[in-house]
Amino acid sequence: MNDLINVVDWSRAQFALTAMFHWLFVPLTLGLSVIVAVMESAYVRTGSAKWLALTKFWMKLFGINFAIGVATGIILEFEFGTNWSNYSWFVGDIFGAPLAIEGLLAFFMEATFIAVMFFGWGKVSKRFHLTATWLTAFGATISSAWILIANAWMQYPVGMEFDPAQMRNIMDDFWAVALSPVAIHKFFHAVFSGWTLAGVFVISVSCWFYLRKRNEAMALRSIKVGGWIGLAGIVGTLWSGDGSAVDVARVQPMKLAAMEGLYHGGRGADLIAVGVLNPSKEYDDEQEPFLFETKLPNMLSLLATHDLNGYVPGINDLIDGISIDENGDTVKTVSYAERIAIGKQSHEALRAYDKARAANDTAAMDKAAADLKATFQYFGYGYLDSPSDAIPPVGLTFYSFHIMVLAGGYLLLFIIVYLTIAYKKSSWLTNRWWQWIGIISLVIVYVCSQAGWVTDEVGRQPWIIEGLMPTRAAISFISSGMVQLTFWLFAAIFTGLLAAEISIMLKAIANGSKSDYDSLPDSPSAETQSPTQSTKS
Amino acid sequence: MSDKPPLLTRIWRFYRDGFREMTTGKSLWTLIIIKLVLIFVVMKLLFFPNLLKRDYDDDDSRADAVRSSLLDDRR
Repeated sequence: MNDLINVVDWSRAQFALTAMFHWLFVPLTLGLSVIVAVMESAYVRTGSAKWLALTKFWMKLFGINFAIGVATGIILEFEFGTNWSNYSWFVGDIFGAPLAIEGLLAFFMEATFIAVMFFGWGKVSKRFHLTATWLTAFGATISSAWILIANAWMQYPVGMEFDPAQMRNIMDDFWAVALSPVAIHKFFHAVFSGWTLAGVFVISVSCWFYLRKRNEAMALRSIKVGGWIGLAGIVGTLWSGDGSAVDVARVQPMKLAAMEGLYHGGRGADLIAVGVLNPSKEYDDEQEPFLFETKLPNMLSLLATHDLNGYVPGINDLIDGISIDENGDTVKTVSYAERIAIGKQSHEALRAYDKARAANDTAAMDKAAADLKATFQYFGYGYLDSPSDAIPPVGLTFYSFHIMVLAGGYLLLFIIVYLTIAYKKSSWLTNRWWQWIGIISLVIVYVCSQAGWVTDEVGRQPWIIEGLMPTRAAISFISSGMVQLTFWLFAAIFTGLLAAEISIMLKAIANGSKSDYDSLPDSPSAETQSPTQSTKS
Repeated sequence: MSDKPPLLTRIWRFYRDGFREMTTGKSLWTLIIIKLVLIFVVMKLLFFPNLLKRDYDDDDSRADAVRSSLLDDRR
């Protein structure tokens, strides 16, 4: 048992490392592709050589980020087959179908049009090139949709039926999977957060130009474009985050309770603005959950139910079986102790099915399959020893959620302030304080982006598939030593790759800052995209 | 008569010239190739076999293996 827990912990750490490394590149790809497309649209509309230079500079940074990030997601699929073999079999085509569509789309759309983006300057018409740039942005966004649909299904499994003969979940309603509210909000939240991250990235790099007193006009124009996309991104992130909060309240209420450190819920629940958790608090003792907290009255109810007086259950309420239904109404559901009992009955039904199958007893198989179907909703609970096993790590979930929210609030202010400065007081950008705040904010946006995923993934523990499969059931019987070895191997490779990317990116930024942007004409010119112009990428 | 080369030739030249004219791209491609070798040759072959595909011949026996693993008391 101890080795199994070690394997689970190391495999989770390995998956987290790989996913977080992958997620360093994805949001920048999603957002920067749109920013580059907007810049190129301005170039095609105006014919300005300045817009062309701006487009090429940011396109180069997009290319570097894309190249380093490409294929890092494939490693996650390797891990499914080795570390999580039970899981990868159990999910069947529900995971396979979206990933296969993603693979095809990514190959045909991104690979083809990215080649035109980088190699097509002066070789294809301006409009064809612009179309390729927009299709690259569109392709990257659509690719991400399929991954996010698969992830959303794990958080809210719908549109399938479990087949005990195949030991797989069989998708019986593709649209229920693809268009579940969790998938839709998750998709928009991830994409808009990518726009936000890319907008802040553009502002930060531009602030570095100001710091080095190079190409300030280029930096100013970049801040304006990056700022607008970043603003659209952060507003979209807030809107989709609001939708996600309502989803979490309805389909993963335990995650919401952990995000807020809420043990005893009620109507008109307060939102914790800032707080320090009591580390010795257990769910079944009477200690205060916080050493210190600042609350926003009724705001948690508003966030979760869109009603200032809405009921939000806490950890203890959920364990006792009090929750809210899909309409937001308070309901008495099945307590966690009962769920565990039903889950164990579900295991017995599967065991009976297995025996009947071996004996070729069709009647017994049918009965066992019917029993399994009736109890399958709580199949995963059968692996838990006590209700407390169903509580996610409250500390990590709470802090990552609050870091995300506070950083998101800061980023909204940051983008509005820098956009205003760019339009009204651009001379302020020559001040070192504004330059350094701009540069340092790049770290904040990455922390915010990663904290969002930590909240989402840690908050759903112990489940790999909500209610159906905990991580300990999903894992393969492999040795923890092998997983530790590959964990450290990944850590070394990823660190090397990241160092290489940062080095290449910094060199490209430094070269861009030395370009002769100021001498370029801002009016239409016949020579702005001639085949003789530099097309190096 | 047009002296335009066939479509496939033009596509080939498009990619060939594109790669030839790269500057930053050369370091990137070196890095990408190293990365792909590490991922698909070293990691996939040495450390990340698909256990169910490797250890069982058909889907029925894979389903049996998963069933027995999920019902294992050690979980």
